[in-house]
Amino acid sequence: MNAPLVTPSRRDFLAGALVVSFSLRSLSSFAAEEQQSPKPPLPGSLKNALMLDAWIRVDADGTVTVFTGKCEIGQGIRTALIQVAAEELEVEARAIHLVTADTVRTANEGFTSGSNSMKDSGAAIRNAAAQVREILIGIAAERIGVAADQLHAQSGAIVGPGNRRIGYGELVAGEVLHAAAQPASRLKTPEALRVIGQSMPRVDIPGKVTGGVSYVQDLRLPNMVHARIVRPPSYEARLQSLDPSAIEKLPGVLKIVRDGSFLGVIAEREFQAITAAHALAAAAKWDSATKLPDEKNIFGFIESLPGQDYIIADKHAPSGAAAQTLEAVYRRPYQLHGSIGPSCAVASFDGDALTVWSHAQGMFPLRKAIAEMLHFAEDKVRCIHMEGAGCYGHNGADDAGADAALLARALPGRPVRVQWTREQEHQWEPYGPAMLSRARASLDASGNIVDWQYDVRSNTHSTRPPGAGQLLAARHLEQPFKPDAPKPIPQPEGGGDRNSIPLYAVPNVRVVHHFVPDMPLRVSAHRSLGAYLNVFSIESFMDELATAANADPVEFRLRHMQESRARKVISTAAERFGWSSTPLPRGRGRGFAFAQYKNLGAYCAVAIEAEVEHESGRVRLGRAVAAVDSGQAVNPDGIANQIQGGVVQSASWTLYESVRFEPTRILSQDWSTYPILRFGNVPESVDVHVIDAPGQPFLGTGEAAQGPAAAAIANAVAHATGMRIRDLPLNAARVKAAIGV
Amino acid sequence: MITLNVNGRSHEIADEPNTPLLYVLRDTLELNGAKFGCGLGQCGSCTVVVDGKSVFSCLTPISILQGRKITTLEGLGSEDAPSPLQRAFIEEQAAQCGYCIPGMIMRAHALLTANRTPTDAQIREHMNPNLCRCGTHMRVLAAIKRAARGMQAADASAPRQEVRP
Amino acid sequence: MLRLVLSIIFIAILAAAALFYATHLTIPEERTQRSFAPDIVKRGGELAALGYCASCHTAENGKPFAGGRPLATPFGTIYGTNITPDPETGIGAWTRAAFNRAMRDGVDRAGRDLYPAFPYDHFTKLTDEDLGALYAFLMTREAVRAQNPRNELAFPYNLRLLLAGWKLLYLDKAPVPIDPTKSAEWNRGAYLVEALSHCGACHTPRDRFGAEIASKRLDGGEAEGWWAPPLNRTSPSPVPWSEESLFNYLRSWDSGHGGAVGPMAPVVAALAAVPEQDVRAIAAYIASTLAKPSESEKRVEDNQTPAIQANSQGAQLYAGVCAACHETGGYVPFTVASLGQHTSIHGPDPRNVIHVIIHGIQPPEGTVGAIMPAFADTLNDAQIAEIVSYLRARFSSGPQWSNIADEVGRVRRRETSP
Ligand code: FES
Ligand code: FES
Repeated sequence: MNAPLVTPSRRDFLAGALVVSFSLRSLSSFAAEEQQSPKPPLPGSLKNALMLDAWIRVDADGTVTVFTGKCEIGQGIRTALIQVAAEELEVEARAIHLVTADTVRTANEGFTSGSNSMKDSGAAIRNAAAQVREILIGIAAERIGVAADQLHAQSGAIVGPGNRRIGYGELVAGEVLHAAAQPASRLKTPEALRVIGQSMPRVDIPGKVTGGVSYVQDLRLPNMVHARIVRPPSYEARLQSLDPSAIEKLPGVLKIVRDGSFLGVIAEREFQAITAAHALAAAAKWDSATKLPDEKNIFGFIESLPGQDYIIADKHAPSGAAAQTLEAVYRRPYQLHGSIGPSCAVASFDGDALTVWSHAQGMFPLRKAIAEMLHFAEDKVRCIHMEGAGCYGHNGADDAGADAALLARALPGRPVRVQWTREQEHQWEPYGPAMLSRARASLDASGNIVDWQYDVRSNTHSTRPPGAGQLLAARHLEQPFKPDAPKPIPQPEGGGDRNSIPLYAVPNVRVVHHFVPDMPLRVSAHRSLGAYLNVFSIESFMDELATAANADPVEFRLRHMQESRARKVISTAAERFGWSSTPLPRGRGRGFAFAQYKNLGAYCAVAIEAEVEHESGRVRLGRAVAAVDSGQAVNPDGIANQIQGGVVQSASWTLYESVRFEPTRILSQDWSTYPILRFGNVPESVDVHVIDAPGQPFLGTGEAAQGPAAAAIANAVAHATGMRIRDLPLNAARVKAAIGV
Repeated sequence: MITLNVNGRSHEIADEPNTPLLYVLRDTLELNGAKFGCGLGQCGSCTVVVDGKSVFSCLTPISILQGRKITTLEGLGSEDAPSPLQRAFIEEQAAQCGYCIPGMIMRAHALLTANRTPTDAQIREHMNPNLCRCGTHMRVLAAIKRAARGMQAADASAPRQEVRP
Repeated sequence: MLRLVLSIIFIAILAAAALFYATHLTIPEERTQRSFAPDIVKRGGELAALGYCASCHTAENGKPFAGGRPLATPFGTIYGTNITPDPETGIGAWTRAAFNRAMRDGVDRAGRDLYPAFPYDHFTKLTDEDLGALYAFLMTREAVRAQNPRNELAFPYNLRLLLAGWKLLYLDKAPVPIDPTKSAEWNRGAYLVEALSHCGACHTPRDRFGAEIASKRLDGGEAEGWWAPPLNRTSPSPVPWSEESLFNYLRSWDSGHGGAVGPMAPVVAALAAVPEQDVRAIAAYIASTLAKPSESEKRVEDNQTPAIQANSQGAQLYAGVCAACHETGGYVPFTVASLGQHTSIHGPDPRNVIHVIIHGIQPPEGTVGAIMPAFADTLNDAQIAEIVSYLRARFSSGPQWSNIADEVGRVRRRETSP
């Protein structure tokens, strides 16, 4: 499939030049969300909550409680944070009780997103723990009357000369830990670490494999009732008429809640709610105003939409003369988060205050949004995080929280559990946006890249709360809330332009982000955001350039990479994979790709083998090998687990996934209309090599594999078939069309 | 009243006969193992074992389960005493969010009950109806193989124990 | 006098033997490098898809065209042959003449008669040009070395010589007639249906010698233990078939009739990749053979109340097991508004319905398509029988199926024919 060669229009550049100065300023204030403030006086999230006891409490009986404003979303953060605390506090991991995001109990750490949890919360807890340890040693020193340096902390006690031990519990009288955190801490040296760096088994897995209460879906409160929502048939459709009388009489039905086009039913038992919801759906009459663009021409449509241009990289240096120039266009369709467990929430309203249990990624922003939607004071709303199924970004979780809040308010005194259906999750969650990129680069006579020009066009990658208008239900109310005006996420993290600046050493680089505010389909943060397409594009293009330069893809990357950690990751993956240029049997190919997530997170390289069945175009994945450097590795197996999962999930996106729609509705409504990877087609093996970087800061890992895995697969397919496919997904029909008869 | 035999205990169920087993397990018997994923027989999150075979509890009305042996995740083992299969999942750390895992374990349990020496291809084919979105597939396969090896070892050592004086 | 008769008989036998010999000569091997014009190969690929060559000549999870797929017939099991260009185990050594003879006369390169499970009684009507394109396509496939199992046929069917006689009786080599009164599209469709796509091979009933019964063309037949519905006026489908609905069905799925299952599924999968006008031509022709004098009297029945009275248990099971997807008025993707719209419910026997309930429906990996879980382990035979008879009673005006219970057992044991 040879994409037309297009260069960015002059208009793009002029416009870019005009808006860039204004835009960067206007953005500088935006969203703590995927961002961390530039000048940290205190490490990690300590700046969000200055008192040590906001992070760590020790009770008189010696029990240690650690508080994080982040959420466990299947990435294993619970375990990693306990390890960090246990390390510096010198207590056994099993003795630590961890409390995750709760607007009443924990610090506000914004969203659990952008693979920032270890960087933010991990750093905060590690430093707080070290400072608490030192305080306890100080108190003990006075108590015993010896110099502090004669004492050390050991499994929950301060130990001194003559093996004298004082348990932490005895030392914490009064508010001793209610002290301001200091910028600097006496952290343990890398050599002294005994918990950090160990593959400690995850604390949540035993409960999850034996039927414990692990998810908000499992939460059962006294007196709890069950609810289902009936959504419009399409985005804009409005409820015209409804005669609920027959449904109100159905067994178990307690209340039908209608506010504008928001429609839900509450019943005593879950299956009664389901039955009533079906009847309600059949009884409801909607108009259908929605007009979605033509799916076949979606990229043309997105290009036709007005954009704001941001020049995010523009550097020039003397370089060799261009001997040849390559150009290419890459495209990525809308894709689903597709949690295996549809969104769910429980809410309880006592007539005065509201509590919401939710698996959303930010409890504080959710509280703000729900309070605004209900016209409640913020302190009348409490949001408590409970796990859901993996979300991989902004899915229906916040919206389900809003649904539960509206229903609970209508039935004070009874906790209400609302469970979305599979069809609702597929049709209403905000998708990962369709995007396209254009790459143009020149090689000099000796095959080195001398200039690089890259344009990426995308919607926003965050339509998250705190705005009430970001909540689905709030848009359907009689007095609807308007969604906030979409904003790009600024560099260095970026949204649509995340990872759009190549890490490779190239003298002349110009990168432009064409931000498109109008969203034909509802979109938001989808694991790795724009990095998925940008890394797919850059790393596919690097292979195209390597071919033009007659170079081995790995050698070509190393030739253009100066960063030593990046080089190590690249060469480790190549070695462990057994990368070579020896020819493979007909139809088989090997592919390689690399990226540092956000150009400031974990370094990840992926090498993979693929086989393409010539007659059908079907792609089968063979061995995959990944290498990752996440800085100081807290839990190597946890890192390996996430990279392994990232490779497999990205394989599903890359080979199969694309949201289907027609002018009036979303067609991807379940797993039959939105197929994903099944066991029959997972790779032969996925081996992950974790490169530890002792003493280095924690780097986020959760999203690091998405882009490299995609590009490695595309490169393997190109190697196997001799055809370069630049449009995702690489499904059988598309591959067959490319290779021909 | 319908009598259900769940994990070896029998329960008198007052729910309407068409109620899918999934909701009776979760809502009436307060068992968390079986999960709701689609309600359409497409994902396997709700998989339980009935008379030794894996079935989708979301599409199985209790009316047809009178007198049949139902096993859920809770019936295999507990957090303190996990079954060999559950232990294998813990040892392989075969979970990310873990939401699909109960269904995976139950489907694998049915396989290993019928065949203690499945090939890799047999395992992949048998597990195909169950979806995982986190990409934990490789570890799920590893856990099933680990459990199978454990059972084979147990089988092998069993006779020797008998012949000991 | 007697001598005269004897000698005439003798001469006749000699003549027959000579003729047989002449038509069954081994055609010498050809091992030269062949090359073909790309557009011919491309056309051949489309024709191969229209002839579903891959579905019989590819084993489950096997290499395309390498053969090995068992095909159950009333006479025993026949294995799809290796038609890749491998000279030893495939047709790599076949000349164009050898290929034409196989396709037109059902005689392989070595001179052995082929079983009509390989539908040369249709392929014999292919134009020389199309045979050339098919040859070009097959000869440019990846050569796969694959020795396939020998056919398992009972005496006397294992005697290939009989096939010569069979051909004398049944092999009609006349080309597909052109009907000048009909459109070019219709005539194109007639050619595809009769020759290349060999629809009659499954959709026309066969006599006890395994030959399609000419007088019952497209009256409905058998395919691997499934009922192949009629493609003519005798179709029991309550929903009229239009060119459009046939096109949708053949290409993917039709909201009026549902989608292809069983042996028809790979056919539709193959047709997804052929030029639209060819599928439209097939649709146009079949629509004309299906056309009824008056469609208006047909409508989808729903005798719910009597059906519930007749079979309360089946109704109860249906409500609990099936309704969640099939009573949503077509809301759930790939369900039709009423199960009564499926032709299978109105067929002479319940096999297709039973197949789907027991084994479910799985689309090819990563492709959009109906998913129906297999209920083999959820429902016992008696329960399946109850549901099937309820469906029949509720949605069909036809008589209740008599042999449901045995068929359920047979389908569960994956037996193909009684
Ligand atoms: S919930 Fe039963 S199969 Fe998905
Ligand atoms: S572990 Fe999250 S869905 Fe499988």
